[in-house]
Amino acid sequence: MSDSPVILAHSLVKRFGSFEAVKGIDLEVSPGESFGFLGPNGAGKSSTMRMIAGVSPVTEGVLRIFGLDPAVAGSAIRNRLGVVPQADNLDGELTPLDNLVIYGRYFDIPRSECVERARELLEFVQLTDRSGGRVDALSGGMKRRLTIARGLMNRPEMLLLDEPTTGLDPQARHILWDRLYRLKQQGVTLVLTTHYMDEAEQLCDRLVVMDAGRIVAEGSPRDLITNYSTREVLELRFSAGQNAQHEAQLTGLGERLEVLADRVLVYTEDGESALREVHTRGMRPESSLVRRSSLEDVFLRLTGRSLAE
Amino acid sequence: MSRDTLIWRIAPPILRNAHRPQRIVERNAIVYRRTPMVFISGFFEPLFYLLSFRIGFGALIGDVEFAGMSIEYAKFVAPALMASSAMNGAVYDSTMNIYFKLRYSKTYDAMLASPLGAPDVAIGEILWAMLRGFIYSLSFLACLVVLGLAGSWWILAALPACLLIGLAFAAVGMALTTYMRSWADFDWVQTIMLPLFLFSATFYPLSAYGDFGWIVQLSPLYHGAALVRGASLGVATWGMLVHVLVLIVLAVVGLTVATRRIETLLLK
Repeated sequence: MSDSPVILAHSLVKRFGSFEAVKGIDLEVSPGESFGFLGPNGAGKSSTMRMIAGVSPVTEGVLRIFGLDPAVAGSAIRNRLGVVPQADNLDGELTPLDNLVIYGRYFDIPRSECVERARELLEFVQLTDRSGGRVDALSGGMKRRLTIARGLMNRPEMLLLDEPTTGLDPQARHILWDRLYRLKQQGVTLVLTTHYMDEAEQLCDRLVVMDAGRIVAEGSPRDLITNYSTREVLELRFSAGQNAQHEAQLTGLGERLEVLADRVLVYTEDGESALREVHTRGMRPESSLVRRSSLEDVFLRLTGRSLAE
Repeated sequence: MSRDTLIWRIAPPILRNAHRPQRIVERNAIVYRRTPMVFISGFFEPLFYLLSFRIGFGALIGDVEFAGMSIEYAKFVAPALMASSAMNGAVYDSTMNIYFKLRYSKTYDAMLASPLGAPDVAIGEILWAMLRGFIYSLSFLACLVVLGLAGSWWILAALPACLLIGLAFAAVGMALTTYMRSWADFDWVQTIMLPLFLFSATFYPLSAYGDFGWIVQLSPLYHGAALVRGASLGVATWGMLVHVLVLIVLAVVGLTVATRRIETLLLK
């Protein structure tokens, strides 16, 4: 496999009428990498993903996938891609097995080969016992796994996942992460969007933080935390509506303060000593928590907004 | 011949990728293998019509004049009903089914994420709807033979005409469906289909319409029915080329519009 980038974007813009969803972004993703787009809804993640997937025309700028231009080689690009969309679009008129088989046929894979691959993949996503049933009878997590299996029918060089675990319960998320991690180990390039920090930290070698159509930071999860946050965070909760009142009293504590609706965050190298100082200053928070810094803190720092909706 | 040679590069994509729409047909065939009822209903519908004309009207009306021949009324009506069966099958499939896949089940979004493109989806769905209409036509033909209304071997020449009718109506049906905004819009399909069925020189010759004959000629089914009737009665005229041309134009326009609309709706 060559090391030329699988995704190369330069000043990439997507407009819908007068609305600019993607406002000139630059990207480079190497083969085998796990790359993430982190951002809230409406940040431009899905629009970018659709352009990469060759199902949405580029408005302006340069985009190359496997070195090919999606405007002229869309079909050839899609032939080498696996796509797991945000909303499940499984074929409800077909069984899970037939969903995979016919999807392989769209790639011109011989029928017997399709059946063989479909059985292997149903095994991989732990759905073998559901292969002949109805798609509608599957749970949300099972549908997402089946969609991933479908995206793997053509043995793609790159798998695009748009918010793969949104709406799934914790157990289903962990099963999914495990499967994605195995794919990553097999050398499949993973490109995913998410608004979950833990997902980005678990799966991504490198990520970009997007906000309002722009890339506002780029790096590995650890780099981003080191560069944009402190080692620890002290979370304080005061009685309802009193967070802002305590802001003045907290001044000078830690490196930085963030007052949110439900809590106050104190960014510091040493959370425990900051908490002692809070008590020394005579404040009595209802609860307190010292934790390691996360990507959420990075996001808050960069955009001034919380990721959680 | 290599796919990189000049002829392949300048050939329209429709020729280079002729195998792709077949995948859509294949998908639909798998779905219908599980729900054969639609084909059975397609068999009974024309049978009941035929019986009613054979038993009732035929006796009342007697023979009719067509192209200088005097023919039994049932034999006059049967080809037009056969043309209608091709239309019905194609329209049923290209309206409701396609609307569901386009707006609700997102089936086309999934297809378009594969190497298939908008023209492949449109061609594939239209071909399938045409085939469904054709299956209706075939079962209708079987009824004709059993009831002794087939006339001569010429009736086989009506089959390609039925394919053309199915193609034209499937293409136009799909194109119109892409503009529908709710299930209520499908009332229009019935509102259009019923007069087409009744007033396409289906039940009496064009001459019976008097001064309003030109309105009848605006109906695509009129052209289809005229082709099937001519073929089944063994009457070939130059005017039939016009009928063929009308149906081909409808198919091309329908396909073009359907493709563009899929691009506008799903590849934005």
